[in-house]
Amino acid sequence: MSVDHATVRKIASLARIAVTDDQVEAMVPELNNILGWIEQLGEVDTSAVQPMTAVIPNVLRLRDDVVTDGDVRDAVLKNAPQAEQGFFTVPKVIE
Amino acid sequence: MSSYRIQGTTGEWEVVIGLEVHAQVTSNSKLFSGAAASFGAEPNTQVSLVDAAMPGMLPVPNAECIRQAVRTGLAIDAQINRWSRFDRKNYFYADLPQGYQISQLYHPLVGEGHLEIDADEKAGILEAKRIGVERIHVEQDAGKLMHDQHPTRSYVDLNRSGVALMEIVSRPDMTSPAEAGAYLRKLRAILRYVGSCDGNMEEGSMRADVNVSVRRAGEELGTRTETKNVNSVRFVMQAIEHEANRQVDVLEAGGKIVQETRLFNPDTGTTRSMRSKEDAHDYRYFPDPDLLPLELTEAFVEECRASLPELPDAKRARYVDVLGISAYNAAVLTAEVETARWFEALLDEGAEAKQAANWVMSELFGALNRLGKSIEDSPVSPAQAAELLTLVTDGTLSGSLAKQVFEKMLETGDSAGTIVERDGLKQTSDTGAIEAVIADVLAKNPGQLEQYRSGKEALFGFFVGQTMKAMAGKANPAVVNELLKKALG
Repeated sequence: MSVDHATVRKIASLARIAVTDDQVEAMVPELNNILGWIEQLGEVDTSAVQPMTAVIPNVLRLRDDVVTDGDVRDAVLKNAPQAEQGFFTVPKVIE
Repeated sequence: MSSYRIQGTTGEWEVVIGLEVHAQVTSNSKLFSGAAASFGAEPNTQVSLVDAAMPGMLPVPNAECIRQAVRTGLAIDAQINRWSRFDRKNYFYADLPQGYQISQLYHPLVGEGHLEIDADEKAGILEAKRIGVERIHVEQDAGKLMHDQHPTRSYVDLNRSGVALMEIVSRPDMTSPAEAGAYLRKLRAILRYVGSCDGNMEEGSMRADVNVSVRRAGEELGTRTETKNVNSVRFVMQAIEHEANRQVDVLEAGGKIVQETRLFNPDTGTTRSMRSKEDAHDYRYFPDPDLLPLELTEAFVEECRASLPELPDAKRARYVDVLGISAYNAAVLTAEVETARWFEALLDEGAEAKQAANWVMSELFGALNRLGKSIEDSPVSPAQAAELLTLVTDGTLSGSLAKQVFEKMLETGDSAGTIVERDGLKQTSDTGAIEAVIADVLAKNPGQLEQYRSGKEALFGFFVGQTMKAMAGKANPAVVNELLKKALG
């Protein structure tokens, strides 16, 4: 597996990361190196091995349905670049 | 089967419809956080740091949301996957602070199931039909954007962010707007019986993504479009109607259908392309590393199964087969869980089933309609109604007197017994009194009497009416009939 310039630009755009042409130029070989390195794992036959979902045997814990959180609007909005009347505000996005 | 077809200029087209219904799970708190899940709070007051996606926050699933999704699956006879997993669906939008929605793509909680829509000849559904449900998975809702509060900014309220949704994905088994409407209504009824979703479409507790394609009879499936977030049964039917006709127009003009997301405009009943999202469909799903697989014990699933109430189809069949109620009445009485509950409370108070069914359908529904009230807010309780019906059964009240007493119950809130005593509305079977009135009526209407005796038997009703009127409606109609026959004979 490898990526080309167009793929790198697309991934960056999906992740909302701005990249310059120079950065794309540098990133294509970097990512391909990493992908090649990881592809070595493909040499191991894992056809009879179940995917591992956790390092220690454990089950997903569920919680009871009670309200224990929320009502912390000031804390939630504290780091917002812009907030008004209890709302976050963002540049207008409309379909 | 539906006979619904779109009549194009080049011939007939069939419509194929699948629905993805998002149903908000009824719960106190959110799917992965302890913030409240209720509707209508002040903006951003029901948001925890988990919902706001602050760094380092970890999701912990709400057992009740899982339980309700499993119960819903069991109610549509679906396979329950005792091993399921959460995945991240990645996309950037201002209503989703995490940058991904936690959902279940690869291993949903609930697998293949189905429900039955009923025949409805008027709507073109000629016989009952089974609609497949491909899967139900559990996922987070997003926040809400408001665009009309500020000239250049959108406001974001994250109260809904993280609320639990069930996404219920149907098979493309529907072939007309009416079938889609019937499916949604039946699904909504089941959810409300089960108690896993309140089904309130106005508040957004239930909304549908509508997949529509058209094809010539017998041909392969056409390319579909998906109209997002349609929030009423009527709008879903309108969206299908419009979208199917639009596709036929495009195809007949030699064009091609583009697989795309569309938006429904309720004001015009039309759909339009949502081009801005085209690019965003690369969701790059992957298993959420914050959450272990969800494993359910057999005991958990069995507890869910044991907790299911009698469901609408079973209840309706029982009303007909065991209680002897007409098919139509049984269908209406079981369509909404509140109606069925009220009706069964009435039976528990001792009312006879068929009489009670007729009374609820005509008198109670009539009154509630007039007062603009729902059955939960009925001014008359099941116990009070049962007392009224008993007074009819034991002959104290005639049908028309019962109507009068019911009106007074609605006005005053008093019991039927109290009203009968106070206003002297008891029906009389006193033959002496009735005979005296009949004699008077006959004496006052010699013309009609003459005509009746010369063969105009339809006038019998006239004499009954005059006698009842003279007795202010209080005479026992059976006794009046009997005595009149004797007097006229």
